[in-house]
Amino acid sequence: MKKIQIFGLIIIAVAIGIIVSTAGDASTYVDFTKAKEMAQDGDAESIHVVGTLKKDASGHIIGMEYQPQVDPNYFAFTLIDNNQVEQRVVYKNSKPQDFDKSEQVVVVGKMKDGAFTAEKILMKCPSKYENGKMETTEHTAEQS
Amino acid sequence: MIHSTIGSAGHLLVIIAFVTALVATFAYFKASTAGITIDDAKTWKKFGRAVFYAHVAAVIGVVFSLYWIIGNHYFEYHYAWKNSSLSLPTGYTISSFWQDQEGSFLLWIFWNVVLGCVLIFTNRSWEAPVMTVFALVQAFLASMILGVVIPGLDLKIGSTPFLLLKEVMPDLPVYQMDANFIPKDGNGLNPLLQNYWMVIHPPTLFLGFATTLIPFSFAIAGLWTKKIQEWIRPALPWALFSAMILCIGILMGAYWAYETLNFGGYWNWDPVENSSIVPWLILVAAVHTMIIGRKNATALKTSFILTIATFILILYSTFMTRSGVLGNASVHSFTDLGLSGQLLIYLLTFTIVAIGLLIYRWKDLPSDEEEVSTYSQEFWIFIGATLLCLSGFQILATTSIPVYNKIAEAFGTVLNMALPADQIGHYNKFQLWFFSLIVILTGVGQFFWWKRTGKDKLQALYNPLLISLIISAAIITIQGVKEIQYIVLLTSAVFAIVANGTILINIIRGNYNLSGGAITHIGVALMLIGILFSSAYTKVVSINNSGLMISRSEEFTNNDNKENKENITLWLNKPEKMGDYMLTWRDVRVEPRKIPGYIPKSWVDIIEGDFHAVALRDIVVDGKKYNVKGDTIELFPENFYYEIEYREPSGRIFSLFPRVQINPRMGGIVSSPDIQRKVDKDLYTHVNMVTNPTAEPVWSQTENFTISMRDTFFVNDYVAILDNVVRTEQVEGVKLGDGDAAVKAVIRVLDKDKEYVVTPSFVIRDRMVARKPEVNNDLGMRIQFQEINPQTGQFSFAVNTTQRDFIVMKAIEKPLINILWLGTFVLVIGFIMATIRRFKDFIKMRDKENQSADKKPKIKVQAV
Repeated sequence: MKKIQIFGLIIIAVAIGIIVSTAGDASTYVDFTKAKEMAQDGDAESIHVVGTLKKDASGHIIGMEYQPQVDPNYFAFTLIDNNQVEQRVVYKNSKPQDFDKSEQVVVVGKMKDGAFTAEKILMKCPSKYENGKMETTEHTAEQS
Repeated sequence: MIHSTIGSAGHLLVIIAFVTALVATFAYFKASTAGITIDDAKTWKKFGRAVFYAHVAAVIGVVFSLYWIIGNHYFEYHYAWKNSSLSLPTGYTISSFWQDQEGSFLLWIFWNVVLGCVLIFTNRSWEAPVMTVFALVQAFLASMILGVVIPGLDLKIGSTPFLLLKEVMPDLPVYQMDANFIPKDGNGLNPLLQNYWMVIHPPTLFLGFATTLIPFSFAIAGLWTKKIQEWIRPALPWALFSAMILCIGILMGAYWAYETLNFGGYWNWDPVENSSIVPWLILVAAVHTMIIGRKNATALKTSFILTIATFILILYSTFMTRSGVLGNASVHSFTDLGLSGQLLIYLLTFTIVAIGLLIYRWKDLPSDEEEVSTYSQEFWIFIGATLLCLSGFQILATTSIPVYNKIAEAFGTVLNMALPADQIGHYNKFQLWFFSLIVILTGVGQFFWWKRTGKDKLQALYNPLLISLIISAAIITIQGVKEIQYIVLLTSAVFAIVANGTILINIIRGNYNLSGGAITHIGVALMLIGILFSSAYTKVVSINNSGLMISRSEEFTNNDNKENKENITLWLNKPEKMGDYMLTWRDVRVEPRKIPGYIPKSWVDIIEGDFHAVALRDIVVDGKKYNVKGDTIELFPENFYYEIEYREPSGRIFSLFPRVQINPRMGGIVSSPDIQRKVDKDLYTHVNMVTNPTAEPVWSQTENFTISMRDTFFVNDYVAILDNVVRTEQVEGVKLGDGDAAVKAVIRVLDKDKEYVVTPSFVIRDRMVARKPEVNNDLGMRIQFQEINPQTGQFSFAVNTTQRDFIVMKAIEKPLINILWLGTFVLVIGFIMATIRRFKDFIKMRDKENQSADKKPKIKVQAV
């Protein structure tokens, strides 16, 4: 076999390795029911859950907890997933800007001790800059 | 009055630009087709050039029209209304030009015409085939801003920036009352984009995008006219130039993010960021294979593939960022304008044509007779290029996850794939190793390239290797690098610097013109070291030690949680210990336009919805008096700066001013950091949450106290003592006449570690009573002197309390970040040197060819 062919084979092998590994690292969109099942099975993979904030009849968000005076790094809220399952979400960072205005929230994280611990929050808010459009913002709890 | 002429002119010019681009494509295509006479080819070429110049004129006209609309604040136009406002300073009016999709396409089109003209002037022999590709790209780009609806089909092509507000939002109720309604002011520019980097970053990036077209056009022209190897010489300087500009553009974006966004870094592996770095990596690989492509057939073939891939990837990234595919995944991609179909056609056309042509010509491409030796320069450069491609491939494979979902959707399956939860970890896992190998290869490759090494001559590498091992060992020990992957990366980068440095010294002795490559490689290695330390060894300084956590005991004991405590709360004027520093939030400041620095917010009264404020006192900055009380001054109404005083253990004091932007029309709070730059590290501070500085405080219900002198009372958990009531001659805001009498109460309020004195006054004037309350922001308290009772000798006070002002802030240290910026400069200098060298090379060859063509014109039958 020529050197170039061996070389080609190695490259293909590395490329396949990359694809497999990407597929392995890729997260999935699930709902809270599935998230709980995964936690019970001991699956510690981080997952994405899409949901909306719990609001009362007049459109006020309920169940939001943030007291920077007490702890600027503890923010908790209730999220309802697409199957109407409610779940308490804890985000150990400061409350993201414009959180109250968000129409849709994506939380990335896992179930832990009965609450969903979010490492990252993606929010879809009405765009500040364009009327009638939505924009996504991302907030990450630093890992150290 | 609606200025309809300029918009119609602009729209007409866009149509002209589109048509001329198509005509120029056809003319240049005819000129480069084989099998026509030389005279015909000449005529077609002349015609094509004339039409292209018309296109250039039209594009400049379009740019001028749009700028005229924005610059003159014609808010009847949707684009001007949406992206600019009266209060916008001139510099940022320019950036509002390309804030939106249409404007940024226009910017791209503009750069292409500039580059097209340069090519026509420098390169007559390649003009026809290269400009065919150029003009076709222009036709596609112009179609994006065409804004034409084909009647009958209801098919909209492009989105024009020249639409009137009335045409975009015809349902606004105001148009029923006044058909000629023109908004008084525009929406303004996204405050995050009001930054000098945002004035120069997009033009640079789009120049980078535009320049990738040149090597691509040459490659296509080379395949087409069967000048299989000759295209490299004119294309190489452009490829280098393109790699440099794109690199500067990407780094400017990174620097803007570092300075303005608050994620605490310069690179976030965001899909939009990735989509510009992938083409860059492939382009850099292409540059390397092009350098050896004239000697090595495999490298020649690879050069074709990579230059084509670079341009296709630019188109792909344009598609990803503008079609809305990434809408769920990225923070700063544009929203869909309904152009995704058009973009897809653009992407597919060039992909199919280029790949088709390449396959068609593949058998005509030369191949190597001999195996390439493991000890040859070509071999090592080739491996380096391959690694660059793999690195790019990995980033692309992950970034495209949302695209896989869309494709699966199109086939009726649901994939539900999401981007990796820990993106930074995911990318670093691969990229760290790729880049360790790549920088090692830059050193090894340079040794082979300059013929100092070969079979049986590997000992030339021993000295640099030994020196770099010693240096890295020293750095590892001093800086305390413990993780194996960082040790590897550091050692590789140090080796690259030493090896390239050795080469550099040797070439500089000979001809410094040739040292571009070595310098660029040193720049890359320096950047890697800077990135390694500044990101892997970032230290959070603002650890929350307040001890207030005890209230939530289970959380308190939780280790994981403890580590996440990275924000601290600061109260106005209340020192808090953070790491080695003592921190105090001192003030909120505003940014005047004509006065240097920031002035306290309390000095002025901001006029709502305007960019003016009234001075509440004489404005004196650094001993210079700028305004007297009552003057109206201009300021940036969106920007508030939080003065945070840092006291070092040595007692030295410095202040940082992280910014919070509030735009009442946009209704959001956006924070940006401030950075204390030191030689060895940056201290990076940003506020995450503030009490809204524009909102009026919400006061509690009034509480009344009637007390005697020296009495103690409790407000807002503080102990307050009425110390005295004294006669006063001066009351702020009240002019005292002869018969007037004024007293003020001296009330001492005891906080935990500080005493405050509050002095509300009570004025009797013409038998009328005036009560001047005093507000103390530090305590969140307002006290009003209500009554004096001469009979009982008691005094009444009305007290309201409010939430005390606070901020939540975060501070991080970024060690050795300056090495990253230093590396950037070195890299750019290297690129400039290499570009100049290759350009001189091309000019020399072109002039030689021209001479021989003049001598023997009959032999040059091939299409001119």
